[in-house]
Amino acid sequence: MKIIRIDKKNWAGGLEKLKGSYRLFGPVKDNEFHNFKRLDKDELPDFNYFNTRLSPKSIIYPQSEIMLEYELDENKENHHVMKESKKDYSQRVVIGIRPCDASAFLLVKRNFDTPEYKDPYWIRSYEATTFVGLACNNPQATCFCTSAGCGPFYEDGLDVLLVDAGDHFLAKIISSKGENLLEAAGWDTETDADEQIETMKQEAEARITSFVTTNKLKDKKIIDLFDAPFWEEVAFACINCGTCTYVCPTCWCFDIQDEAYGLCGIRMRNWDSCMFPLFTLHGSGHNPRSTNMQRVRQRFMHKLKYYVDKYNDGIQCVGCGRCIRLCPVNIDIRKICNMMNSYEVQVTSD
Amino acid sequence: MLGYLTKIWTISERLLKESKVDMVIGFRKGTVPMMNEPCVVKSPENVKELVWDSNCGINLANYLTDRKEKIAVIAKGCDSRNIVTHIIENKIKRDQLFVIGVPCKGMIDRHKISSMFEKEIIEVIEEENKIIVRGNDCEKIFKKAEVLQENCAICIHRNPVIYDELVAEPVKEQTDIDRYKDVRRIEEMQVEEKNNFFDETLSACIRCYACRNACPLCYCPTCFVDESRPQWLGKSIDPVDIKTFHLLRAFHCAGRCTDCGACQRACPMGINVRIFTKKLEKDCFELYGWEAGMSLDERPPLDTYRPDDPEDFIK
Repeated sequence: MKIIRIDKKNWAGGLEKLKGSYRLFGPVKDNEFHNFKRLDKDELPDFNYFNTRLSPKSIIYPQSEIMLEYELDENKENHHVMKESKKDYSQRVVIGIRPCDASAFLLVKRNFDTPEYKDPYWIRSYEATTFVGLACNNPQATCFCTSAGCGPFYEDGLDVLLVDAGDHFLAKIISSKGENLLEAAGWDTETDADEQIETMKQEAEARITSFVTTNKLKDKKIIDLFDAPFWEEVAFACINCGTCTYVCPTCWCFDIQDEAYGLCGIRMRNWDSCMFPLFTLHGSGHNPRSTNMQRVRQRFMHKLKYYVDKYNDGIQCVGCGRCIRLCPVNIDIRKICNMMNSYEVQVTSD
Repeated sequence: MLGYLTKIWTISERLLKESKVDMVIGFRKGTVPMMNEPCVVKSPENVKELVWDSNCGINLANYLTDRKEKIAVIAKGCDSRNIVTHIIENKIKRDQLFVIGVPCKGMIDRHKISSMFEKEIIEVIEEENKIIVRGNDCEKIFKKAEVLQENCAICIHRNPVIYDELVAEPVKEQTDIDRYKDVRRIEEMQVEEKNNFFDETLSACIRCYACRNACPLCYCPTCFVDESRPQWLGKSIDPVDIKTFHLLRAFHCAGRCTDCGACQRACPMGINVRIFTKKLEKDCFELYGWEAGMSLDERPPLDTYRPDDPEDFIK
């Protein structure tokens, strides 16, 4: 794969050039922390960050997204007809996404892009986007990506992998989308740095100090894990807020709502969370997950068992560590994953 | 405050051994710096799981709501006031509880410390009045007073107001504290400026409801934001809906909030959500001379009527 050397003095110029043909998104420090946002003219992405507070999933899958619009005024033509809402699907690029966050989109894709169902909003948005990853030279203590199916230099899900090498970036081209982007920016100095990147990758991986064990999850019986005695204890502290699910790059659940203002209305979807009682409340008033414990169990069973069984490709987690860092009461998915993985049913003889 | 732990263990062990309680609710050591996890200990052999330090900012009264067991609960000044409120509001009975009172010297602000330390925080060590923050190859020492949670810095009820046993002698209460400087600053704003300030304050809100769910007062079986038949409030990130949630929640807490700071501590986005509840707290203090949760014998002002209640604010 081709590697392009980008001297940092050519960085800002290239990005400005890109802004002619792409909408640029990147990490920007706002108040106390970094988040991804659209970069204005002359605004540069700020790479001095470990991991953004919120995952960049909202770039593809906004927290609130209008899908359809309608008119209720009977004097108007096509009243009460749902019309697709106009959206900008012109090409754009996310600069400086961490490899874990980019690979999370591949996990989420399994839900939004299946042979049976194609979510037009997610797919169009995803396909219009080029992902330029920023390799993690210094992973955090809560990062456990290497045992969650990716890594600090992981390439799947990226179009370009950018490696910060001091006074320059090494840009490894992963896809044709990536190649086109570098061309459009005018970065074309080819270099031979495979070995350098490989060494840096190994160094970064060696800095990961946190791991989960997932090897036995698949072989466990669903019912055994479901009935395991540890859920009450795991759930005790949980306050059932939506923090873990909203900061997670792989949580994909949403709720559809109609909102009407006067004679106009919209149909939108909003992120939802399995931590909320309303998530499963039936029209009858019955709630199959009415307790805190049932909801906590659902979240972990989905990520670490149902998903594992359904797709046979690891856990529904990329190890970014956001839920661990931001949970108000310190519920730690690493601990729970290891508990589930090592759980053995106690056989009692009667 | 670090010396409290042995006493917490002794009391908890005794209560569990003598079956005076079914469980002790406290904190265990967290898996990341500046975080402890609320936990329940049911067996005397496990009391050493319990910890006590300046990272116990979550209000444990929140874990008592509607419980039926006999419970020992570790309570700081603010937790104890919320326990009083819980008892008054029939969310738990006094005789179900054994309150292990902790004279508190304040909890540290994890958001603040993270923003004062440029690198990743690997370890935070606490010594009396000193907080040592370590990253890879770097260290910074803070005075505890400079990194206290804001509500703790202005706290005037550090000692538990009800308890069955104290883990140490009461601490000196802070005096000459101006509790409402920030609220006055907002009161002085013009309407539009105030509205902009609220919008700005809430602009980062992701509607995760961590503030509500960490709050011991927010125990409604169905919160107004979750009413679905019919629905009361929009579900999107529309700023008006977000503001409605925060303002109404604050009003629901009027005369009940103890400014324990759990809401703000819980917020993943570091929003100053206390600013809303504090305004209501100030009003209740100024209008009714009321501070929430100070006594089991007095009904909160918004649930009683007295002929001499102030009514100047009714227009």
